[in-house]
Amino acid sequence: MNASTAAPADTVFAARGITKTYHMGEVDVQALRGVDLDLYAGEFVVLLGPSGSGKSTLLNILGGLDVPSSGEVFYRGRQLTKFDDAALTRYRREFVGFVFQFYNLIPSLTARENVALITEIARDPMKPADALELVGLGQRLDHFPAQMSGGEQQRVAIARAVAKRPDVLLCDEPTGALDVHTGVLVLDAIQQINAELGTTTAVITHNAVIAEMADRVIHLSGGEITGVELNPQTRPAAELRW
Amino acid sequence: MLLAPLDRKLLRDLWNMRGLATAISVVMGCGIALFIMSRSMLHSLELSQQTYYDRNNFADVFASLKRAPDILIDRIAAIPGVAVAERRISVPANLSIPGQDEPVFGRLNSVPDVGMPRLNTLYLRRGSWLTPRSDDEVLASEAFVEANHLEVGDRFDAIINGRMEELRIVGVVLSPEYIYEIKPGDMLPDNEHFGVFWMNEEALSMAYDMDGAFNDVALKLMRGANQEDVIQRLDELLEPYGGLGAYGRKDQMSHQFVNNEIEQNRNMGLFAPSIFLGVAAFLINVVLSRTINSQREQIAALKAFGYSNLEVGWHYIKLVLLVVVTSLVVGIPGGVWIGWVITSLYARLFHFPVFTYHILFSTILAAAGVAATASVLGGLGSVLRAVRLPPAEAMRPEPPTGFGPTFLERIGLGRLMPPVLLMVVRQLERRPVKTVFSTLAVSLAVAVLVIGNFFQDSINSLISTQFHWVQRYDMSLRTNEAVSDRAVYEVASMPGVLRVEPARAVSARLRAGPRSRRVGIMGIRPDSTLFGLMNMDGHETPLPPHGLLVSKKLAEVLGVKPGDTVRLEVLVDKRPELDVKIAATLNDYAGLSAYMDLDELHRIMLEGPVVTGVQMLVDPRHRDELYRDLKETPQVATVMVKQHSIDAFNNTVAKNLGVMKRINLMFAIIIAVGVVYNSARISQAERSRELATLRVLGFTRREISSILLGELAVVTLLAIPLGLVLGKFFAWWMCTAFNQELFRFPLVVTRRTYAWAALVVITASAISGLIVRRNLDHLDLVAVLKSRE
Repeated sequence: MNASTAAPADTVFAARGITKTYHMGEVDVQALRGVDLDLYAGEFVVLLGPSGSGKSTLLNILGGLDVPSSGEVFYRGRQLTKFDDAALTRYRREFVGFVFQFYNLIPSLTARENVALITEIARDPMKPADALELVGLGQRLDHFPAQMSGGEQQRVAIARAVAKRPDVLLCDEPTGALDVHTGVLVLDAIQQINAELGTTTAVITHNAVIAEMADRVIHLSGGEITGVELNPQTRPAAELRW
Repeated sequence: MLLAPLDRKLLRDLWNMRGLATAISVVMGCGIALFIMSRSMLHSLELSQQTYYDRNNFADVFASLKRAPDILIDRIAAIPGVAVAERRISVPANLSIPGQDEPVFGRLNSVPDVGMPRLNTLYLRRGSWLTPRSDDEVLASEAFVEANHLEVGDRFDAIINGRMEELRIVGVVLSPEYIYEIKPGDMLPDNEHFGVFWMNEEALSMAYDMDGAFNDVALKLMRGANQEDVIQRLDELLEPYGGLGAYGRKDQMSHQFVNNEIEQNRNMGLFAPSIFLGVAAFLINVVLSRTINSQREQIAALKAFGYSNLEVGWHYIKLVLLVVVTSLVVGIPGGVWIGWVITSLYARLFHFPVFTYHILFSTILAAAGVAATASVLGGLGSVLRAVRLPPAEAMRPEPPTGFGPTFLERIGLGRLMPPVLLMVVRQLERRPVKTVFSTLAVSLAVAVLVIGNFFQDSINSLISTQFHWVQRYDMSLRTNEAVSDRAVYEVASMPGVLRVEPARAVSARLRAGPRSRRVGIMGIRPDSTLFGLMNMDGHETPLPPHGLLVSKKLAEVLGVKPGDTVRLEVLVDKRPELDVKIAATLNDYAGLSAYMDLDELHRIMLEGPVVTGVQMLVDPRHRDELYRDLKETPQVATVMVKQHSIDAFNNTVAKNLGVMKRINLMFAIIIAVGVVYNSARISQAERSRELATLRVLGFTRREISSILLGELAVVTLLAIPLGLVLGKFFAWWMCTAFNQELFRFPLVVTRRTYAWAALVVITASAISGLIVRRNLDHLDLVAVLKSRE
């Protein structure tokens, strides 16, 4: 099975035959075993799989955090796998928005400042306040992370990721540390950004319910893509329960 | 199993933090080394001095006089408390050393023709003792022989009581009386131009017409004798014979210099190690607090499995003690080695006959004890936190750290600051104690550098004042006794002499209640242009028309202030005694001086215009002719050439200062690097997640470095002004501690010194910052995001 057979619209990522092997002491762990994948402009993709399926590794490679052991990755026609460290930094800085499971906010900066940290180095950013407004935190601009709930912190992280108007938004288990209620709020914010800004969005999860809001669901298992589904009808995040 | 699992963890933890542990061990090792060095040096010097004094029967009381018949010695020996009384003849002589054009002076002391002196016995370094009844043999002091490249068998000429005699060196000796050989009136030894010699008594007494008489006496007292009482009785006995005032060891020139040196080391000996141990304790505090925070889960697990609070606490204390052990491994041999090197330098300087470097086991125990105590105190707070941590709470990650607006933001500067700067400022403000101590520790490095160079500044100021503004003459001479002021005109007519002024010095005792001091009262003409009455701060005190102008230190010693009256007991000529007013004090650099209007001094002395010396400006082109003329002038006792004094200063003080400056530089760098490196490593560890996040979000290495190093830069920049102030304070403290009768140091710190201190610390900080920055290049971006800390 491969995930590159869908409609050939505007291709953002094209991955061909990527493998990744980690050397853990004397054991080699194969995290990815030859993955082919295309992601298209504006689509909302969910990478679904159990832990150890290789989905985080795949996302890290797409985001320029990690390099594959073999295979090629193209971002809008440019070969990501040939980028050096400085080029990868520039790539992340200009095109990628990250959302992490544990938010990774800077505790010494307020919500607004956490976002401003990124808008300062971006080329055509939103105003930090606008980005926070977008995730429903217009009223919490000057709060420090320690003064906010987990869901709020994650929404600040989303605002931080989208404030630079990235080309792609990569989310690694964005609701992994949250309860259902706040998780839904966070997913809603991601969905809204995908819809309103047209940002290509990839969300990693092991929660099958979340797959219902995706345009396309890619199943991973044992370092391989085991299936791709097109959702004819995507559900709004607000309706999801798990 | 050889090691308990917990102890294995300990060793592995230590290995994992080896960079930090090394930095701490080096700083602490310096403290230990300095402690051992100064204690062992002090002990060895005191022991060598004491052994020398004991073996060579160093006298307790000394007195010079004009001339007394030999039988007087029996009455002196009968003074209650006197164990041994020994008489001798001691005279100045004008020497002519081959290959030395400059004037050289010597002191010739008599030794019994048969047998050895009983007090102040000599130690024969090489050659042989005097042949009995020989009249051309001398024993020469080692310092002089070495400075002039002479050897046993060499001959030189001496003008002895107006007659040129050829003398032959048969032996090279050391004497406990002349550990420091200082020409009267000089500030430091000038071994090239002044030496001490011993001759058979008969030869000397014939030459000086002292047959059956003596002019110098030394006493050994019985155990428990009252020295003051003996001195008083001796003075009474010697008064009719022109006694110049008896004095004890504490006023004996050489002893005073040696003790002065030992005292200075005693003061420094506790100060420097304290700085290092304090900084090391702080570093331990920082590192241990970080270690314990990152091991919360481990602590919880240990407690959950049944380890007691005591065991957990002891585990971390052991970690601290292991660091102490490593620093002892470095510090003890280091201290022993530096101690040995420096003490042997001193032994050579002092010419001790037998020198043993000795370390007390208790010194090493004390060093270990002090280091362990300081370290455990440094780590105690963190250890207690670990002990108090309830297991359940420890299982949860540390709660997110709360931040708030900083002081700068509350006063409205927040808007002006970019987020990166805000991160730096808030991080510093959230841990005020750590910030304060980091700043303090770095500022100590600055202060150490300021002190190192302060001595140079101080000595430079001393030299420039003493040799440019006080002694404005090029040369001065002293006569054996008071002569008519016609001598001044005679000197004026000698070749190359451009200008002359008379000098009159009178030996006297100043008494204020129970306190008294022997001083030379110097008569000065109010219009004198060759001698300046300068204060340390550079301003000149005018000569008061009446009364005495005394060194501030002398007023202190006597417990008097301007306006008070002291008893002036003149010890020469007609020995007048009268009350004199202290008119003013002079904040001068060296010795205990007293000045008076020359005419008033003549009136007090009931004498006409006589002089005991001449000060002169000299044309250097005619110097050699002038030296020749002076050598042939029998009345001249000594000639002081200003350039020789300056050279002596540069050769001794400046040389030692150079060594001290280099040592200080090394120590300051160790402190600065130790503190900055530790702070940087800890910040890096604490914030690796934050920094990795920023890297993922597209920040470059340079940008995240600036966040990490920004903190260090702020600490360093705060530390510099603080360190400069602290340095000045320590300098002031040392000026006070070294305020002694022999020397005082002016509190002078130049801008150059400040700039140098700042520059060195900034450089050291920058380098250690860069070392840590290199670690940022290896930040594992993926791993750090996987899990919560």
